[in-house]
Amino acid sequence: MLRIENIGKTYPSGAQALANLTLNVRPAEILAVVGGSGCGKSTLLRLIAGLDRPSTGRIDLDGETVTAPHPAIGIVFQEPRLLAWLSVAENIGFGIAHVPRAERAARIEAALQRIGLAGHGDRWPRELSGGQAQRVALARALVARPRVLLLDEPFSALDAFTRADLQDHLLSLWEDTRPTLVLVTHDIDEALLLADRIVVMQPHPGRIGALLDVTRERPRAPGAPDVETLKRQILNVLGPIRRQAAVPAAAE
Amino acid sequence: MSAAEGIVETPSAPPRRRWRVRRPGVQLQGWHRVLLGLALPVGAALAWEIAIRTGLSQGRLLPAPTTILATLNDLARNGDLALHIRATLARVAAGFALGIAAGTLLGVLAGASSLARALIDPTLQGLRAIPSIAWVPLFILWLGIFEASKISLIAVGVVFPVYLGTLGAILSVDRKIIEVGRSFRLTRPQLARRILLPAVLPHYIVALRSGLGLGWMFVVAAEFMGASEGLGYLLVDGQQLGKPAQIVGAIVVFAVLGKLTDALLVVASAPLLRWEDTAQRAAAAEG
Repeated sequence: MLRIENIGKTYPSGAQALANLTLNVRPAEILAVVGGSGCGKSTLLRLIAGLDRPSTGRIDLDGETVTAPHPAIGIVFQEPRLLAWLSVAENIGFGIAHVPRAERAARIEAALQRIGLAGHGDRWPRELSGGQAQRVALARALVARPRVLLLDEPFSALDAFTRADLQDHLLSLWEDTRPTLVLVTHDIDEALLLADRIVVMQPHPGRIGALLDVTRERPRAPGAPDVETLKRQILNVLGPIRRQAAVPAAAE
Repeated sequence: MSAAEGIVETPSAPPRRRWRVRRPGVQLQGWHRVLLGLALPVGAALAWEIAIRTGLSQGRLLPAPTTILATLNDLARNGDLALHIRATLARVAAGFALGIAAGTLLGVLAGASSLARALIDPTLQGLRAIPSIAWVPLFILWLGIFEASKISLIAVGVVFPVYLGTLGAILSVDRKIIEVGRSFRLTRPQLARRILLPAVLPHYIVALRSGLGLGWMFVVAAEFMGASEGLGYLLVDGQQLGKPAQIVGAIVVFAVLGKLTDALLVVASAPLLRWEDTAQRAAAAEG
């Protein structure tokens, strides 16, 4: 289990990105973190990934304190960040260089199948579409078999159709090994579609405004009454500007 | 070269016209391109030859191309040309190697640590501003008139572009892909080998090419300071004895060798850069 205990992050400039944030992430759950820009949600993800150190507090994974990138924690960024000089297959295998050759090849092959790019392992990243590249990035993180997979607005740079496609795809990949997913997003609908629980963050300094359960079974159709209720709750927590935007939804 | 042509899209012709717009990126492949590149120098040589044969010019200061070729042929026959070429190539090779080694080392140092950069970069930038020929008297005083001073001068020419290219390449590596390496817990040597090295390679090869170009420039300056063999010696000798055909012949050999060694560098590095996302590739894929 991933425990985030009373962490704070203050940057050298004096800006306080996070303050006194405590959160227990359950095994195999999909936790979405939503909030406006500057609420510290990406900072939170970078701290869990071990890419930055918290100023105060601590992060534990199954009793082990996370102070640097951890083998059981994987991350997918907003951009695919593929390495241009490696083929698609080599990109997928980038993080498992320590795995014996035969097993590595088998895992890469299975991952290529799984993301619908079987037979495309020899292509260069520049030959992929945005959606394909992001699927390769997902595969690269997943072949390392992380217990926790962090996703930092992974679909925000994609068009609506590709995004919907990848959201489905993420769920089916998650079903394979059921890692804990922490999904940072500014898209409330995406959070409502995918997550078991939703953390709503508030800014100045970044903190948890609300923690909501989404009980409806997946796959979820948008517009179900309980989902709409949750959406209004989230918008209320997010603040006055958001509340105005929520009025039409409330009138339905 | 096809890069520019690949980028400049020819606007499609109005539908009424019967002819189709030709795409130069497709039309100019292989030998066509080579022939077109040769058209200008060969054409100019031909025109000059005709001008002299028809008596329009006497060709005393600039001899006819056939005279130049005959001079080169004579030099080649008695073995002198090979001797001079070998001497010059050896100097360029030694100076180039020395310059690459020093430039790369300094560039990596400055790129890896901001402390080292703050320490050495201002000095190197200052040294870079010194005109190359200004070193000649000092090098002769320190190293004598023979090979050591010549090779050092060439190395001085090569070291700065290689240093600047290496440093620039390292500094421009995207922080985001370094983070990918960190998230997979690469050690510093692994990060250098698996991410930094391939990422800087394209810029580094460009730096080597400009270093090589300067190496060829400096070898002439080096051979002006009292060489008894080498293409630069042929130039000095031709001037002193009033043999313009020999001077132009040596210049032509310089042009050919410079172009050849650069092409060699490009061909040798091509397999390492297959992945590069350039317009040139896109044009090649289309054609």
